[in-house]
Amino acid sequence: MKAFAYVSAPDVATAVRAIATEPRAKFIGGGTNLVDLMREDIERPDTVVDISGIALTGVEELAGGGVRIGAMVRNSHLAAHPLIRSRYPVLAQAILAGASGQLRNMATVGGNILQRTRCPYFYDRAAACNKREPGSGCDAFGGFTRNHAVLGGSESCIAAHPSDMCVALAALDAVVEVESVRGVRRIPLVEFHRLPGATPHVETDIAADELITAVELPALPVATTSRYRKVRDRASYAFALVSVAAALEVQHGTVATVRLALGGVGAKPWRAHEAERLLLGAAPTEESFRRAAAAELAPAVAQPHNAFKIELAERTIVATLAQLLAAGGAA
Amino acid sequence: MRVNGAVQSLEVEPRVSLLDVLREHLGLTGTKKGCNQGACGACTVLVDGERINSCLALAVQYAGREITTIEGVATGGQAHPLQEAFIRNDGFQCGYCTSGQICSAIGMLAEHRAGAPSAVTEHLAAEAVELSGAEIRERMSGNLCRCGAYNGIVESIQDVAAGHADVLAAAR
Amino acid sequence: MTQVENRPRTGTSGPVVGRPIDRVDGVAKTTGAARYSAEYPYADIAHAALVHANVTRARITAVDTAAASAVRGVLAVITHLNAPPMKPARPVNLVNLSTLASGSSVNYLNTDEVHWNGQPVAVVVAETLDAAEEAAALVAVSYEELPATVDFGAQEPHATPQKSTAISSGGATKGDAEAALAAAPVSVDLRFTTPGHHHNALEPHATTAAWDGDRLVVHEGAQNVAWVRDQLAWKFDVPPAGIRVIAPYVGGAFGGKTMIWPGTILTVLAARVTGRPVRMMLTREGVYRAVGGRTPSTQRVALGADADGSMTALIHTSVTQIGRVGGGPEQVTSQSRHLYDAENILVQQNQVTLDALSNTAMRAPGESIGTFALEAAVDELAYELGIDPIELRMRNEPARNPIDGKRFAHRALREAYARGAELFGWSDRTPQPGSMRDGRWLVGMGVASAYHPSWQFQANVTVRLAADGTVLVRCGFHEMGMGGATAQAQIAADALGVPFESVRVEYGDTTLPTGPGAGGSGQTASVAASVVAACEKVQRTVLALATGSKDSPLRGQRLADLRARDGGLYRTDDTRGESYAAILGRAGRVSVDAAVGSDTRLGGIVGQMRFLSKFLLDNRRWVKAASGAQFCEVRVDPDTGEVRVSRWLGVFDVGTVINAKTASSQLRGGIVMGLGMALGEETLVDPRTGRIMNANLSDYHVPVHADVPPIEVHYLDEPDPTMPLGLIGVGEVGITGVAAAVANAVHHATGRRVRDLPITLDKLL
Repeated sequence: MKAFAYVSAPDVATAVRAIATEPRAKFIGGGTNLVDLMREDIERPDTVVDISGIALTGVEELAGGGVRIGAMVRNSHLAAHPLIRSRYPVLAQAILAGASGQLRNMATVGGNILQRTRCPYFYDRAAACNKREPGSGCDAFGGFTRNHAVLGGSESCIAAHPSDMCVALAALDAVVEVESVRGVRRIPLVEFHRLPGATPHVETDIAADELITAVELPALPVATTSRYRKVRDRASYAFALVSVAAALEVQHGTVATVRLALGGVGAKPWRAHEAERLLLGAAPTEESFRRAAAAELAPAVAQPHNAFKIELAERTIVATLAQLLAAGGAA
Repeated sequence: MRVNGAVQSLEVEPRVSLLDVLREHLGLTGTKKGCNQGACGACTVLVDGERINSCLALAVQYAGREITTIEGVATGGQAHPLQEAFIRNDGFQCGYCTSGQICSAIGMLAEHRAGAPSAVTEHLAAEAVELSGAEIRERMSGNLCRCGAYNGIVESIQDVAAGHADVLAAAR
Repeated sequence: MTQVENRPRTGTSGPVVGRPIDRVDGVAKTTGAARYSAEYPYADIAHAALVHANVTRARITAVDTAAASAVRGVLAVITHLNAPPMKPARPVNLVNLSTLASGSSVNYLNTDEVHWNGQPVAVVVAETLDAAEEAAALVAVSYEELPATVDFGAQEPHATPQKSTAISSGGATKGDAEAALAAAPVSVDLRFTTPGHHHNALEPHATTAAWDGDRLVVHEGAQNVAWVRDQLAWKFDVPPAGIRVIAPYVGGAFGGKTMIWPGTILTVLAARVTGRPVRMMLTREGVYRAVGGRTPSTQRVALGADADGSMTALIHTSVTQIGRVGGGPEQVTSQSRHLYDAENILVQQNQVTLDALSNTAMRAPGESIGTFALEAAVDELAYELGIDPIELRMRNEPARNPIDGKRFAHRALREAYARGAELFGWSDRTPQPGSMRDGRWLVGMGVASAYHPSWQFQANVTVRLAADGTVLVRCGFHEMGMGGATAQAQIAADALGVPFESVRVEYGDTTLPTGPGAGGSGQTASVAASVVAACEKVQRTVLALATGSKDSPLRGQRLADLRARDGGLYRTDDTRGESYAAILGRAGRVSVDAAVGSDTRLGGIVGQMRFLSKFLLDNRRWVKAASGAQFCEVRVDPDTGEVRVSRWLGVFDVGTVINAKTASSQLRGGIVMGLGMALGEETLVDPRTGRIMNANLSDYHVPVHADVPPIEVHYLDEPDPTMPLGLIGVGEVGITGVAAAVANAVHHATGRRVRDLPITLDKLL
């Protein structure tokens, strides 16, 4: 790891001022992803601005039933929070399905949103990677692609987004609040991450000098019947091959409300808009679940090692919706 | 920072990890380096009672905090019940993951007492979760043991968790 | 500083062999006091980091060290351009087994040649670890790349048969197995593949080295400290006697710390160049790049049988990989010579040579992957025949070694299966695949045989009985988690009739009598044989002291008529006897000492020759092995193909069990590693570059807590008459058969046969 200067910011104003004057600076919160990438010589900031002491640590109920989550809330604290457990179980489950107890105690909500891909060719500086070095090529093509995206990739990059939490946030219509010396912006989570296209190094909508300060969840009654299902290569402590965040409400024999997002298969946290469109108003049957899942995966582009994810994603969507239905989605 | 109850005042580069501060600067080599990338849990320590991976922690970020390592889990010369349980249940072989397993288990039991759920918790909204074998295994999955002493580790934690319950029951 | 202080902590009385005593190093390991190789404090220590080649086969054309040297705190950047000369890797000589221990033939930093993707090409030494690691990333190496052969799968057609030697057999035949297969009324002919694996001991390879003139102290987590000493003496051309290698604690090894890998040599070199004590722990990635792993394999198993299940043909062939710079064949077909009473047998092992780092031993090299193919194939044959898989095994259980008719030293697989089936509830199993369910989960039950040959090596030991009744056992053996010191203390305590607490065992240091390496599951038996012999010598001396005195009640007695108990020697015909303290006190002796084996140069050669001749003689007389029956229950998610192992039970025939607590842990550990092999572990070598692409613990999936159910271990506990104390090593047999039992259970649950490890969920969709 190269040497760097360290600045501790006690509040948001100090943090965004510090970053504005230093072009090669990075914010550090829990450090679980950044320190790893710095040690691998992939991130090379000259200055690190420590935001872990900023009191963005609240989980507050908003008027109208939504919840505002401070960006510095630790993943484990968010997952254990009664408001989240009762109103947005899919979010608590998604967080608990990720990483380990130790890492969840360190990782912040803001940092989780900004975590970078686990593509082995991104991590290996001996490999070509358009995300790490724009224009250098992509060694994942023709290489090991088991963990790669089948949705949203491009000829430049097929890296998958690794977050579990973001999949739930995508399903829940979360909004990310960012702040810089230029002011405050609010970005829907589903628009926060960018698809790689020809510029896979540009991963999010956030500018280098902007700080995530909060995530807001809207009031969403359907979320009380929600669930996160993660499928991976061991029983715990592994990244998703496929994950599904889903919420379902059935009224009078048809799907009245549905939220569906996918992890492990997308170049970004993947909101399944097409599947939702087909499900809405349909009878909640295995057949309609299957049709919706197939439609969502129809545009998928597979590589030799990840073709199985298409069927796996479809099956997992069907199984998760069926479980929600059985668990009270028909209430 | 305070380490195992003693104030430690030292100047290190910002890039130095908490793990390397403990091992290389303070001589507290009980905390182990297994992967240095948050993938094995051997470096687990407690910060203000919460378990973290010290390899991914920059020491400068932990100024003023209370750090507890394996060298500090015993109290007043009395071994921590988990230390004794690990010996009794053979919860280790080579011993290299053991410090991390014990510190992690201490943090995990505290999380459980505080009502925190896990990925295998059936009823998320419930205030208390029964600490079944499956719950312990899920919650401890951030600590690899390549010797495969998992059974003994889980039994040790069950012993101690049951002991806690007995103490609580006796107090009532 | 290096004294191993392991006082036993459990109160005991009476014989202790067979009792599940707590480990003597339990307190050290649970308090963080146990020091591993990177944890010895030296004033003025410097830190080193490796630079690994990122090309496969090449010549180095230029090295730019300017940026690295400019990093504050850097003491030296050592490359092939400035490294002092070292001797090339030592030629192999069977009279000195330490010559086998060179990790590869590459003369690191004394050559511009790169032979594998990841070979160390420079070492950086700095005042701090961070400076060394930063500078290592700044060393810029230019290469002229050369054609390389790295794709195991593509090379398989070019495999060549393994030649047989005195200590390893590449193939064998009995009858005409191909013809018998063709004529068999029922047969299977199957291809299996297993990927490369890495040991992933939690402690990365670490070395601390300090020179004082031509004398050298090395702290190295090693499976054979004497081999490290001898190899370093050769490389640096200094006398072995001046080198001390210390390794009281080894943070896991599993075969990966047997050979001497470049990290060790280059740490010693860095200390030589800088004149400072130097410490280097490989990064986790560095362990994959600079330490060999288990070879991948392809295997053919073909079985033919009569309709009643009697095997008429057994064919098992394998292809494995070796590196052009080192490595060796794996005895993949070993178990197939011993497990089934087939009329016709053909086994043959073949190799391909790649531009890759040497393959190396990893827990049960050969049998771990060989039992997967054989035991999965037997299950398939059982289904073809419509015979229960255990019943099929029982119908083919041999009375003598199938391939050559030798006697078994010991064989109790029949009992192991009978006991296991009873305890596991095998009769509850309905044979039809997919016929058992638990809610939405598909349930499957599978079995497989475990098999591993038992080995015994030379062990030099001294035993000192002090006048105060305490006993000191000294032997340079190794403790990487097996509980060696605990077991040997139990053995010595019983041999001398003293309390367990009175025995102290010193190990893991080349200043001790040379012990065996930790390998081949042979360490415990090897040391035990010498401990027992040394204790008997002690008793003879004590008896001589006693009979020299007319006051002694032992006067005129022979050792055979005496029993060692209660801290002394007592007659078996009445209760008379004397304590050791009384005998030694009267004779004015502080202690009585005995040695088995000698560490003189001549003694070393004699010892190795004795080992070889015993090995060859034993091999001619008997087949010796540990074996067992592995029982597995899985649950498979019908939607996603996720496999969860829900129950495990193993019944093992491992002779006398010295300590059921530590032995069970070893067997469970083998089973857990087998679960990893079955379900997740796979070293991903990019076929374009030969580069390992999952060189970390996030992407190489070893089992975590959540993957491992409670594992029941049972023993038959019958002594093997040909082994010291009747004991057979347990370090490796646990992993054998595991992957097959899982695969067979998965088939039972789903009807799917997965013949390519690991059994990942995509193969079950």
